[in-house]
Amino acid sequence: KVETHNHPSAIEPYGGAATGLGGVIRDVLGTGLAAKPVANLDVFCVGEVDATADDLPPGVIHPRRLLDGVVAGVRDYGNRMGIPTIAGAVAFDPGYVGNPLVFCGCVGIMPRGSQTAKISAGDLVVVAGGRTGRDGIHGATFSSIELSSESESESGGAVQIGHAIHEKVLLEFVLAAAREGLFSAITDCGAGGLSSAVGEMASELGAEVDLATVPLKYDGLSATEVWISEAQERMVLAVPPAAWERLRAIAGDEGVEATAIGRFTGDGRLQLKWGGETAGELDCHFLHDGRPKLSRSSRWRPAAATTASSPATRRAIDLATTLPALMALPDIASKEWIIRQYDHEVQGASAVKPILGPGEGPADGSIVRGVLGRPRGIVLGVGLRHRLGRVDPYQMAAGGIVEAMANVIAAGADPDRIALLDNFCWGECRSDEGMGGLVEACLACRDMALAFDAPFVSGKDSLNNVFTWTDAAGRQRELSIPPTLLATAMGQIDDVRRSVTSDFKRAGNGLYLVGLSRDALAGSQIERLLVGGRGFDGGRVPEVDAAACRGVFRAVARAQAEGLVAACHDLSDGGLLAAVAEMAIGGMLGGAIDLARVPLEMTGDAAGVLDRDAIAAFTETSGRFLCEVPQASWNAFERIMAGVPHARIGGVEAGDAVSITTSAGDTARIPIATLADAWRSLSRSFSI
Amino acid sequence: MTKPRALILRAPGTNCDRETAHAFERAGAESVRVTLRRLAAEPGLLDDCRIVCIPGGFSYGDDIASGRIFAVELRVRLGDMLERFRDRSGLILGICNGFQVLMQTGLLLPPGPDGRPQATLAANTSGRFVDRWVQLRVADGRCAFLQGISRLELPVAHGEGRFATDSPETCRRLESAGHLVLRYAADATGTSTNPNGAEADVAGACDATGRVFGLMPHPERFVDATQHPSWARRRWSEGLDPAADGAGLAIFASAVAAAR
Repeated sequence: KVETHNHPSAIEPYGGAATGLGGVIRDVLGTGLAAKPVANLDVFCVGEVDATADDLPPGVIHPRRLLDGVVAGVRDYGNRMGIPTIAGAVAFDPGYVGNPLVFCGCVGIMPRGSQTAKISAGDLVVVAGGRTGRDGIHGATFSSIELSSESESESGGAVQIGHAIHEKVLLEFVLAAAREGLFSAITDCGAGGLSSAVGEMASELGAEVDLATVPLKYDGLSATEVWISEAQERMVLAVPPAAWERLRAIAGDEGVEATAIGRFTGDGRLQLKWGGETAGELDCHFLHDGRPKLSRSSRWRPAAATTASSPATRRAIDLATTLPALMALPDIASKEWIIRQYDHEVQGASAVKPILGPGEGPADGSIVRGVLGRPRGIVLGVGLRHRLGRVDPYQMAAGGIVEAMANVIAAGADPDRIALLDNFCWGECRSDEGMGGLVEACLACRDMALAFDAPFVSGKDSLNNVFTWTDAAGRQRELSIPPTLLATAMGQIDDVRRSVTSDFKRAGNGLYLVGLSRDALAGSQIERLLVGGRGFDGGRVPEVDAAACRGVFRAVARAQAEGLVAACHDLSDGGLLAAVAEMAIGGMLGGAIDLARVPLEMTGDAAGVLDRDAIAAFTETSGRFLCEVPQASWNAFERIMAGVPHARIGGVEAGDAVSITTSAGDTARIPIATLADAWRSLSRSFSI
Repeated sequence: MTKPRALILRAPGTNCDRETAHAFERAGAESVRVTLRRLAAEPGLLDDCRIVCIPGGFSYGDDIASGRIFAVELRVRLGDMLERFRDRSGLILGICNGFQVLMQTGLLLPPGPDGRPQATLAANTSGRFVDRWVQLRVADGRCAFLQGISRLELPVAHGEGRFATDSPETCRRLESAGHLVLRYAADATGTSTNPNGAEADVAGACDATGRVFGLMPHPERFVDATQHPSWARRRWSEGLDPAADGAGLAIFASAVAAAR
C-alpha cells in the first residue's frame, strides 16, 4: 500500500510525514488477519531547492526546509518501527511549492490462508494501542480541501501526532495475537478514526459501541470527538469472547492497552452509546450504500505543440560539460543524504540495497527476502514522469508505470509476476478539463495493466492539490501541482542470489543497449537543462509502446535468468549517458560508448533542436536497458535478443573515465570523479 | 553436541530481535525471544540459557537517552539476575541499542574512582542517524565473541554511537585494561571508516571477563554473503559464492563455541 499525506506535511513536514508512514504501516498490519511489514518506501515531490523568497507564495515552507522535515519524519518513524526504507525518489518542480507531495508505502507479507477475515455476531469490538485525544479531528476532511496561505492557522489541529514506539508495540502485539489466531478481523484506525474502522467492520453484522469506554489521553472529549478522532497508533480488532483473556495477556506482555468497547450484534444496525445514553444510531446498509453516487463530466483536449522560444538552430552538444551538468540536476542527483539517514538494512533481509557497489552507486529496484534464510525475494521500484504531467497525462502515467516495472526488472524481477500500485495526485479537478486529465491517466493505467498482465493491487488518490493566496497587488492567485501519478511496481525473484545490480563488474565485458531509442524529447532532463523546462520547439511527447516494452522486458529477464548479465540498468532520467555514468560510479570502472551504434528511430521532430548524437545520448524513451555481458556470453545474449532492437554499443574498461565517441569519430573522455562529484553535489548541500 | 540456547531480550522499541535470533540459529544455537516483562515474571526462563543478547532498536524510543530506560528496567525488574548469569559463565551480548543498554547498566565497563560511568555512547558528530558499512579490526584477543577474528566489515545504523570517555587518561586506562576490543579501521584507500567520531575509533567494548560484549555495528546484518552491498560485484569479478556466510556470522559462531 502506498498512501499520500500531502496536506498535513505542507503544514507540519516532520509530523505529517511521520504519521503518513505510521498510517500506511497500520494499513498493511490491518490487512486480512494481519500482515508483517517488511519494507517501506517514500517519495517526495517538492519545489525547487534553490527557490528564492520571491518564488514562494505567502504561508508556504521553503522546499529545502520542507524536504529536511519530511525526511526526518520518515527517518524517525520508520527507523523506530524497525522496518527498512528501501526505495524512493524525490522530484523537484516549482508547481509543488504550495502543495508538496509526500508518498509513504509499506510492503507486508502474511501466511497463506490468512487473507480473509470473518466476524461472528457476539465478537467483541476491541480497540488496542494508543489512547484517543483531540488530535487529528477532521484530518480526512482537511486532506480533501484546497490549501491556502491561511491553512496553518486554520487547520493545525487536523494534523495528527505520532509516536512510533506506541505503534511498534502495537505491531508486536498484533503479530503475536495473529500467530495464535486470537481475532477474527482487524482494521486500522486511519482517516475517520473509529467511525471508519468500526463502521467498516460492522457493515454487515452491525455493532453496539459504548464510546464512554474508549481510553482517552485526557478528559473532556465529546462522543463525537471520540468517534471521529484520528489519534494515531490504534487498531480495532474483532475478538471472539473465548479469546479475550489470552489476548489481554499478550497485550500486557507487550505493554499495549487493549479495551473492549462493544460487540458485533448481527442486527445490521450501528448503535453508539455514551454511558447509558444513545449517541447515534444508523442502519449499516444505509450508512454504506445510502449515499447518492457523484456523477462528473470531463473533457480532454490535447495540448497544442509547444511554441516556447528555444534555439532556432540545431545545436551540437559538448558532452564533456553537458553530462556532469545533467548528473547534478536535482531529479538525477544522488539522494544518498536521505538514504543513509534511513535504516535500509534492519530486519536483516536486504539483498539489493538502494546504494551499492564499491563506488556506492544507485540501484534500480531494491530487494529484500520475504523470509530470513529463504531465497525468495520481493523487488520494489517506483516510476514518476511528473515532467509530462501538464503536457500529456496519459503518457505521464504510462511512462511512470513502465519506468517502475523497468526498475524491478533490471534487478531481476520476473516481468510476468509484477503487481502495480497507482497514486494519483491532481491539482484542480473542479473543471471538466481538470477531470479530463485525470481520466486520461486512468485510461493509461487500464491500458498498461492489460498490456503487461500486471494487476493494480492498491492505490490512492489525492485531489485538489491547489494552493490559493492573495498576492501583493491584491489579486487572487492559484497554483496547481503538475498532474502526478506515482507508479510503484512490486516484483518477485525466486532466488535473490540471482539478482542483478547496476554497478559495472569487470573490464572487458560488453555493453548492450536493449530497446529502441526515439527522438521524442518533451519532458526530458536534457530539455530541462538546455531550455529550463520551457519545452523545445515542437518537442514531441515520448509515447509508450507497451508491446515493444513487453518484448524487451521478457528478453532481458531471460538473459538474466540464464546468468548472462553481469550488470543491468534501466534508462530513465538523463537517458543513456546518465545510466552509463551511474554504472561507472557504482563499479568504479570506466566505460566506452559509441553513440553511432545506438539503435535510434528519428522522426525528425527533434532533429531541429539537437543533433543525432545528442538525441541518442539523452533521449528518455521508455523500456530500454543497458546490459553488461561477459564476452563468453555475447553469442548466447544476442540469440535471446534476436527479436528485439539491440546493439553492442561499447564495453566496460579499466581506468577512471567514461569515453563517448560521436558519429564524427570524436571521443569525449570524462573522469568518473567529475561525474561522481556532480552527482553528489545536491546530497553534499544537505549535509551538515 | 547439544545446541546452546540464546535468550534474545526485548523491550518496547526493540527491533532487531528476529534477525538476531536468526543469526544465532545459523551459527548453531537455539534462540528464544522474550520480553523483559515476561522474564521478570518467569526468571526461570534464563536457567537453561547460555547466552543473553540485547539486540538493536530504539528501546522506549530512546526518549531520555539511548538505552537508559531499558537499563533502569533491567536493574529494577531483574535486579542482579544478569550479574549472576555472567558469574556462572553465561555470555552477554549487546548490539547497537543493546550496547547502549549495557553501557548504561554498568555491566560492561566498571565505574570510575568517583563511582560515575567512565564512558558513554554520545550523539554522532554528524548529528544524524547514519546507515553505512565500516571496516573493523579486533584490538585485543580476550573477548569470547571475537575468537579467531582479526578484521571484518559490518554495517552500522545509529544516531548515538560515538564512544566517549570523561578524559584521555580514562580512555588509555580502559585500553590498557583490554576493554576496547573492537575498533573502526581504514578502508583500502587508507581513509578512516569511523562513522560517528568515536574516541580511539572504539566500535565495541567488553568487560573484564571477556564474556560481556557490546558493539555498535550489526553483525546480524551480515550473516549471509548477499547482505553485503558489493556481493554482486564480488560474485562477477572474484567468484564469490552468493550462498556463503557473511563475515558477521563469525561473532555468533565464536559465542556459540564459547557457550558449549
